[in-house]
Formats: sequence, C-alpha cells, structure tokens
Amino acid sequence: MNFRGVFIEILQVAALLGLGPLFIGWVRMLKCWSQGRSSAGLLQPYRDLAKLFSKDVVLAENASWIFRFTPYLVFVIAVLAGGIIPILSVDLPLAPTADVIVLVGLFAIARFFTALAGMDIGTAFGGMGSSREMTIASLAEPAMLMSIFTVSLANKSTSLAQIVQVICSGQSILRPSIAFAFLAFVFIALTETGRIPVDNPATHLELTMIHEAMILEYSGRHLALIEWAGMMKLFLFIMLGIASFAPWGIAETGNIAGVVQAFVYMILKLGIVGVGLILIETGLAKMRLFRLTEFLGAAFLLATLGMLSFYILE
Amino acid sequence: MNLQIAAQINSFLAAFVLLTAFAMLAQRRVYGLIHLFTWQGLFLSINTALVGYVASKHHLYISSLLTLSLKVILLPYILHVLIVRLKIRREVESVMNIPLTMLIGIALVIFSYHLTAPVRELSTLMTRSTLAVALATVLIGLLMMITRRHAVTQIIGFLAMENGLFLAATSATYGMPLVVELGVALDILIAAFIFGIFFFHIHTTFDSLDVEKMARLKEGD
Amino acid sequence: MIFSPIEVACASVVLLLLVVFVAAMLKGSQRLLIYAGSLLTSVSSLCVAAAGAMTVGSGMTERIVLMLGLPDLPFHLRLDPLAGFFLTVVGMLSFFVSVYSAGYLKGFLGHRSVTRLVVFYSLFIAGMFMVVLADDALIFLISWEVMAAASYFLVMFEDERQENRRAAFLYMVVAHVGAIAILLSFGVMAGLATGFTSFSGYTFDAMRQAKFPLEWATAAFLLSFFGFAAKAGVVPLHVWLPEAHPVAPSNVSALMSGVMLKTAIYGIVRITFDLLKVYPWWWGAIVLVFGLVSAVMGVLYALMQHDLKRLLAYHSVENIGIILIGIGLAMLFTSFNLPMLAALALIAGLYHTMNHAMFKGLLFMGAGAVLHATNERNMEEMGGLIHRMPWTAALFLVGCVSISALPPFNGFVSEWLTFQAFLLSPSLPSPVVKLLMPMGAALLALTGALAAACFVKAFGVTFLGHWRGHHNPHVHEADWFMRSGMIMAAMTCLLLGVFPTVVIDWMDVLSEQLVGSKLSTSAGVFGWMWLTPIAPERASYSGPVVFIGFILIFAAVYVVLHVKAGKISRGPIWDCGFEKINARMQYNATSFAMPIRRIFGFLFDVREQVGLSPQSAHPAFPKRLNYRLRVRDRFWGWIYKPIIETSFWVSRRIGNLQRGRIQVYLIYSFITILVLLVFVR
Repeated sequence: MNFRGVFIEILQVAALLGLGPLFIGWVRMLKCWSQGRSSAGLLQPYRDLAKLFSKDVVLAENASWIFRFTPYLVFVIAVLAGGIIPILSVDLPLAPTADVIVLVGLFAIARFFTALAGMDIGTAFGGMGSSREMTIASLAEPAMLMSIFTVSLANKSTSLAQIVQVICSGQSILRPSIAFAFLAFVFIALTETGRIPVDNPATHLELTMIHEAMILEYSGRHLALIEWAGMMKLFLFIMLGIASFAPWGIAETGNIAGVVQAFVYMILKLGIVGVGLILIETGLAKMRLFRLTEFLGAAFLLATLGMLSFYILE
Repeated sequence: MNLQIAAQINSFLAAFVLLTAFAMLAQRRVYGLIHLFTWQGLFLSINTALVGYVASKHHLYISSLLTLSLKVILLPYILHVLIVRLKIRREVESVMNIPLTMLIGIALVIFSYHLTAPVRELSTLMTRSTLAVALATVLIGLLMMITRRHAVTQIIGFLAMENGLFLAATSATYGMPLVVELGVALDILIAAFIFGIFFFHIHTTFDSLDVEKMARLKEGD
Repeated sequence: MIFSPIEVACASVVLLLLVVFVAAMLKGSQRLLIYAGSLLTSVSSLCVAAAGAMTVGSGMTERIVLMLGLPDLPFHLRLDPLAGFFLTVVGMLSFFVSVYSAGYLKGFLGHRSVTRLVVFYSLFIAGMFMVVLADDALIFLISWEVMAAASYFLVMFEDERQENRRAAFLYMVVAHVGAIAILLSFGVMAGLATGFTSFSGYTFDAMRQAKFPLEWATAAFLLSFFGFAAKAGVVPLHVWLPEAHPVAPSNVSALMSGVMLKTAIYGIVRITFDLLKVYPWWWGAIVLVFGLVSAVMGVLYALMQHDLKRLLAYHSVENIGIILIGIGLAMLFTSFNLPMLAALALIAGLYHTMNHAMFKGLLFMGAGAVLHATNERNMEEMGGLIHRMPWTAALFLVGCVSISALPPFNGFVSEWLTFQAFLLSPSLPSPVVKLLMPMGAALLALTGALAAACFVKAFGVTFLGHWRGHHNPHVHEADWFMRSGMIMAAMTCLLLGVFPTVVIDWMDVLSEQLVGSKLSTSAGVFGWMWLTPIAPERASYSGPVVFIGFILIFAAVYVVLHVKAGKISRGPIWDCGFEKINARMQYNATSFAMPIRRIFGFLFDVREQVGLSPQSAHPAFPKRLNYRLRVRDRFWGWIYKPIIETSFWVSRRIGNLQRGRIQVYLIYSFITILVLLVFVR
C-alpha cells in the first residue's frame, strides 16, 4: 500500500477543491482590472459558494431524479479527474485508472447528464442550452482527438503520467507538432470550459447562453455543486494542458520537497495562465453560434497540421 | 549553435510558413491577407539566413536580405497602396466554402509528402524534410488562386507560390546561385508593377475587380 | 459435461423447431401460447449461449456431420471459438428478448393472433443459430434463407398497413441481392478449392485448405463483402434498415438490430480471417473506409429523425460501421504482419459486436415498452414519461449512456480499444496510410460525440419535460416480464463495462486463432482491474476503479451535504415572466437537432418551409405558423431510384414477349425446335 501516493492524492484533491474557486477569483479580478472596474476580491467565489450552500433548494414541480442527481455526478467527476491528472506529482496510485481519452470520456458523461438536466424541466431555455452544448461538443471532439493523437505520437503514450515523464526527461523542446497541438488545445479548452469566444460565462441573456441555459433552474446546494464543479473543470483543463505541454516542475517521485516545489510552480503557472486567459477574453468577442464551426475547424486544422508536421518534419 | 537546434528551428519556421499558407486560404479580409503574406516572408527570410549560417553559404545572407526588403517591406507596401487607391472592399468571397478548401489543402500536404519521399531518402542535407512543406506551399498558393474571386487575392496567391518555390530551393540545394535569385526577385518586382497597372485598367473598365464578372469575356455567349 | 457443447446447441435448435408444432397445437389459447413460446425460446437460447461460452472458454473445436441434405452433400456443422462467441452473443440477447416477449406479446391479445409471430420468431432464432454453426456453403445458405424469410414474415406482421408491406418488400429485395452475392462468392471459393473438378469443395474445410490465386480471392472477397454488407446495413446498402426495423414488432426489432446484423459480421470475419487468410492491405482499407462512412452517415441520419425506432435503426448502421472499423484495422495490421496490433483491433471490433447487441437490444426493448404504453412512435408527441414509467426510463437511460460510449459502461470500452488501435498506426510501414489513419480516428471521435448528442435528444424528448402530445393517455409502466428482460440486458451492459479484462481473457482464444496473437498477456499485466492493451506505460483504463470511485465519492458528498440538509421545496418552473408557458414551447426532436442540421445538412436533401398566416392587422403578429421539414437520403436518389427505374424499364421490354396470342407462343416453340435441330446435328 503506497501511503505516500495516497497522501499525495488527497493533497491533490484538496488543492483542486480549494484552489479552483481561487483561480476563478483571480481571473475575475484580472478581468475587472483590465476593464477599469474595481473587483469583488480574490475570495469572492468562496463567499458565493458558502451562500449557495446555506440556501434552500427550490425544485420545479416536474423535476425528476435526473435533475437532482446531475449536480452530484458532475461534482464527483471533477473530483475523480482531480485524482487522475498529475497536478503535483506523477506518483499517483489512481493515475493508471485513466488515460487522456478516458478523461475526455469522463467529461463527456458530465456533459451528457447536464444536457439531460437541461431538458428535464421542460422549458425552452434548457432545451436550447442542451442542443447548443451537444452540437459544439461534437464539433470539438475531432479536434480534441487529433490534438491528443499528436501529443501521443511524440510521447508514445496516452497515459498522462508517462507523458509528463517523457517531456521532463527529453531534450527537444522546439517541436512544431507540439506547438500546433498546443494551439489547438487552447482552442479546445476555451470551448470545453465555456469561455469567450465560445460562450460567455457571465451572461444571462437567452440568446447568448449555452452552459448557463442548462443550469438555469438550479438553486441552493445543487447550484453550489455545479458552480464549484465548473470552477474545478477550468482548473482541471489548465492542469491537463500543463501536464501535456509544460510539465516542468511536477514532482517525479513522491518526496515532500518535490511536492512543495511542484505546488509553488503550479501557483506560478496558474498566475500566468490567468493573465493569458484574460488577454484572450478581453481581446475577442463571443462568436455567433454558427461561426463556431470555423473556430473549431481551425482548431482541427491546427491539430492536423501538428500531426502532419510530426511525420513530415520530425 | 549546434546542428540539432538549428534543424529544430528550421522545422519550426517551415511549419509556420505552412501555417501562414493555410491561414491565407481561410482568411476573409484583404488586409489580413497582406499581413499574413508579410509574416510568411519574414519566416522565409529568417529561415534562409539560418540555412546560410549552418551551411556556410554566405550568398544566402544576401538572399535573405533581398527577401526581407522585397517581400516584407516593398511588396506589402505596394499592395497596400493598390488597395487604398482602388478603394477595394474589405472582404473577399471565395468560390468554395472554407472547410472544404481546408480539407483539400490537407490532402495537398499529404500528396506532396508522398511525392517528395524519394528525395528525402537520397538527400543528405539538413533541410531535406522541408521540401514537402515547400511543395505544399506552392500547391496551396495555386489552390488559393483557384478558389478566390478577387484579383488582388489571386496575385497574393501567385506570390505565395513564389515563396514556396524559394523555400524549395533553400531546402533542396541550399539555395540557387545568386544571379538566379537576383533575376527572380527582379521579375517579382516587375510583375507586381504590371499587375498594379492592369488592375487600374480593369477597375476603370469594369468598375470592379471580381473575376466572375470577367467571365463574360468569351466566344460563345 | 454430459453433453458436448455442439450437441447442446443442436438439441436447442431442434427445440426451437418444435415450437412450430407447439404453436399449432396451442393456437386456440393465445395466452398459453405466449407463455409456452417464450419459455421454450428462452430455455433454448440460454442453453446455446452457455454452449457457446464454454467453447470460447475452452478453445476447442467440435464437428458434426448430419445425414440430412442432398445425397453426397451432407450438412456439416462446426462449433469453434469464433462460432461459440457469436452463439453466445445471439443466445444471450435472444434469451433476454424472449423473456421480454412474454410481456410484450400480451399487448396483442384481443387485437390479433400471435401464432404467426411465435412460429416465425422461433424459426428466426433457429436460423441465426444454424448460420453460425454451419460448416459448409449449403447449410450456411439454407439457414441464411430461413433467417431472411422468417424475418420477412415478422416484419410483415402488421400487414394491413401499406407502408409495412412496402418496407418488408424492400427488405426482401436487398436481402436477396445480398444472398446472391454470397452464393456467388461461395461458388468461386468452392470451385477453386477443388479446381472445378468435384462438388466436395463446398465444405469450409476444403476452402480452408485451398490456395486461391489473388484475382479470384479478391473476387470472392468483394462479392461476399457486398453480400454481407447488404445484410449488415452498411452505407450505401442501408436503405432497408430504417424502413424494416421500425415496422416490425419491437421484440423482433431488438433481435434484428441486435443480432441479425451480427451474423453478417460473423460472415465477413469467417470468410476473411478463416477461409481466405492471406490478402493484400487494400482489402482492410476498403472495409475501414466503408466502416467510417457508415458510422458518420448513420449517426447523422439518426439525428434527423423524430421517430424513435427509426432513430435506433439508423444507430445500428452507425455501430455496424464502428465494428467494421475495428475489423478493417485488424485486416490492415494482419496484411502488414503485425499480429499483436491486429489482435487489439480484432478484439475491439468483436467486443463492440457484443456490446452493441446488448445495448441495442435494451434500447429497442425500451422503445417497445414505450410504444406498448403510449401507442405512439413519434417522439415529438411524447415527453415526461419518466414520471409514469420510471423503470423503463432508468433502463433506457442505461442503454443511452452505453451507446454514447460513456464510462463506466460497455460502449466506452470498445470505443477506447478502437481508438488505441488507431493510435498504433505509426507502426505501419506505408507512409500515406499512416497519415490518413488519424483522420479516421477523428471521424470516429466525431461519430461518438454525435451519438451522445442524438441520445440526449432521444431520451430528453421522450422521457423528460412535459407531455407534448394533444391527448393525454393512460400511460402505465411495463409489466415484470418486460422489465426483467431489460434489467438483465442493462446488468450485462454494466458488467461488460466494469470487467473488461475478464471478458478479454475469455475472448482471447479468438484473436489467437484468427490473427495469431493473444491480447490478454499484455491486457492484464498490471492486474485484473486494469486494462492495459499494449503496455501499462502506453495506456490504461480501470473500469472497476472508475465505478467504485463514482460510488464512494458520491456517497461521501451526499453524506456531507445531508448532515445539515436544507429544505427542498417545489415550485412552478421559471417562465421568465411569461405566464402562458405551455408544453408545446419545449424543445422537441426537430428543434434539438437544428444546429447539427444546419452544419451537416449539405450531406442530405433538406427542404425547410416556413409559412406565416398573419392576422388581419399586421404581418408582425402571425396567427399561425406552418413549418414543414423534409430530410431525404441522397443515396436513394443516386443509387436506388436509377436501379429501380432501369429494372422496371428492362422488365417492360421483356414483358413484350408475352403477346397473349397463341400463334406467337407457337412461333417461339417452332424456332426453338429448329435451332435445336441445327445444333444437335
């Protein structure tokens, strides 16, 4: 029984649960600064979650068990993914449970049930959100897979622990295939986490909602779970990107010094990613729904170019 | 710097040239096309200088400077002036929809990879793998000329083809003799001037530069 | 064991044939007939499934020669692991559906007689078993015909409606065109096996020993692939599937979609891997391309449907495509001499065969329960059924999650294995093939995601929301027989998803015999809980850990939150201030699929028409809105209509031979006599 590994797992999940809202707070703060407003503070998401947890739940009269089950499922999947992705260390007992494709599948099941929950109430908002979300997800899948394929070509594996180890021990940093795959991954991450230019996370206008439309009916602790899971999903996608493309700093073994160092590196990288995210969000506008085919087509093209560069140039 | 890092940077630059070629296929705005063309020229000139440094062929430095002045500074300026004078609209339409054009572009890349495979086996140069990218850029430039309806985009497609040829020369034989390169550069410059003159005439006659409208210039109608 | 597996299988087939006599006897008492028929078919299916499972587990092969058949051409039967695997698949689903039928057929009591249904149902299952057991061309084709004819009568069960008759006729025509191709293929192989000297080439053993020259082997392969593809519903030979499967009774649809299509896959695998054995790489490429096209087109067609059973039928086209992708990859890797990778691809394809049988059977059984309860096949008239039919809804949900390839259920395992097979394509020597494979993988990813979208639509519109129809019938839950059939299928889906290493261990002998390499040595090397197909560093998936992880974390979160739980109160839905919200304002199937229809509509013939009839005052306030949508299959116009019209034209010309006057017929006889006299001289 690898106690050190279990301890690191618990530490990772705790970091995920604790730092997910903090990262969103950082992103919102940067956004306010860039727009010349004063922000609500770095800790506001915690206060929001606490408020929601203490409130009562109001369900629609015809809400079924699927509606009540979905927030728990989405939260559970985020926590489970947090135990699988190497955030602090590669030495995780749960790491062989899933490779990158299984992770994509886990997020897919969360999305499936969220879409069902949107259809459950029987209003036009929910159906609209579900329809749009599933369409966008199906367009993003080929690009995601091609990006994974390119990364796995270079590292000869789809297991994240292995990818981290190969990149950390390898010499070649400048590879066009990885650069293209990284760009494609950025597009896909923006799509999957519902940021601008795909979906506006702060909107409540029915013509512009995608993710918000599906969860419009939720209240109380259900909404708290879903919001928290959304924050964790953004955190996890960033961690996935870091593990696949820039994993320097993640501890190779389980010793404490390495884990602490990995934690510091992680905070630094998150800070930088937050700045990058805000640059994208303030620089671009949300795209029309049917323009997203071009956006995701561009992501697919970049990933394909990455794959082709691997064979042609390397 | 050692050979390995130079080879990696060379691959990177070739990949970016290919990326700009695809981006030009997808781009809708005329100013965007000119900017992409400028970037392509820039990557090309840096690549030429790098190959010159590694292979110790000093005439490639002169080629690189020539490319820089011509393709990054002079030609975009000429095209810019052209667009302003002709009061061309900002957006250009294409014959086929963009995703289909992209798929054909990818097919062309795979095709040129397949075609240059024998050269890759026999060549000993560091840049042998970029030959496929160069051939693909030429073909994509031709595709751009086919799928666009506006005359200015067709000239940019022609210039992109020339970029591809230049890259092919660099990667297959470490550059052409300097005399040939000077001659080609001069030809490109003259071609740009001639195109400009023709555009003025066409615009005055047809009041538009949409090549679809010129389809009426045929025998049986 | 007292009886050997092949004897058990034959006895069960005989039992199925006996059902015909039992039905004749019990014709009067329909209720007793239903129970007796269901009991006999389920018992025999279960025995056959057990026999098949034991054969695969033991890896042994048995043969029997029956003294039936033509003189000098007896019937040969053989039960080897490949046949055993397919017997297990067919037998298990037949067992579940037979239990389900006991409840489903009771819905017909009082309206029509089910004698025909019971008789042809057991003949259908018997035919399928015999196809898998056959070891020579003669009994294979006879059983194939029995299967096709029995299913034709089953599809035509409710024959008072013209569309049912038309669907059954189309099915018959395509099935027979396919059967002719298979017959020709067997003819080529049998003839070449003995050098056209004797009739004994018709046995599969003779075909196995023979060495075929490449052109003839290619001809045989192409003919048999065409024939089996027609039966499997591969694009473009798929047009009969969405017509025939919906009009059949739902238990029959479950079997047709679930296992009859698999007999075609069995045929392809048997002929390619067992009888022909050595082939060039482009055969595998053909199978792979057809698989990819069927997968993508199948799921896109499914997204355009609003009839629940038609949607499920198109999904069968898609899943057959995915199975063919696995098999095509296996063929490709075998022709390049990479047996380990071929084993992975083959196991992926065969695993998906079993998975599809289970979840498609489950979905059709659920659709049947809904049809039984509401008398409605159109999803746009349904909704909110989760409250009135909770069991059916939950079990249908299991089917939806499985078919969308979501962990921890079974669909995910086979898709994951197929992706891993694609990811191994860098090992191929041919550079162009290497570059095109990732595109295939991307198409497979697109298919999976579109399938998930389609099933959100299907489940959401049918079971969730409010009832969309105009009338409000008395909807009741399915009875316990139907529920048991569905529960068993759902449990199998879960078990196949959570314990993949055990299943691969069992199936392992198949890949060893067909492509020459075992997968289980590497698959289970990390431990029985982890599936590591090539090597643990390469990729790994643990079904049990994911499943247990879900349950534990769920329990933990639930307990933590309910220590001091707030109240849950119910209220009306949020209507944004618009008080007159009604059930017709929900999203239905057509609206849900609208973005996808806009994006992918260029592949179909889509006509949308919106008509506004305004009130007298102003066109901005319409009184009524008419919306008409027609989505048509382009293949019908390109391939089928020209062929149909040409054949009618040719028939009319030939029909001119029949003048109706006796002198003309006498002239025909006269000319024939003259010609014969000239030639016999």
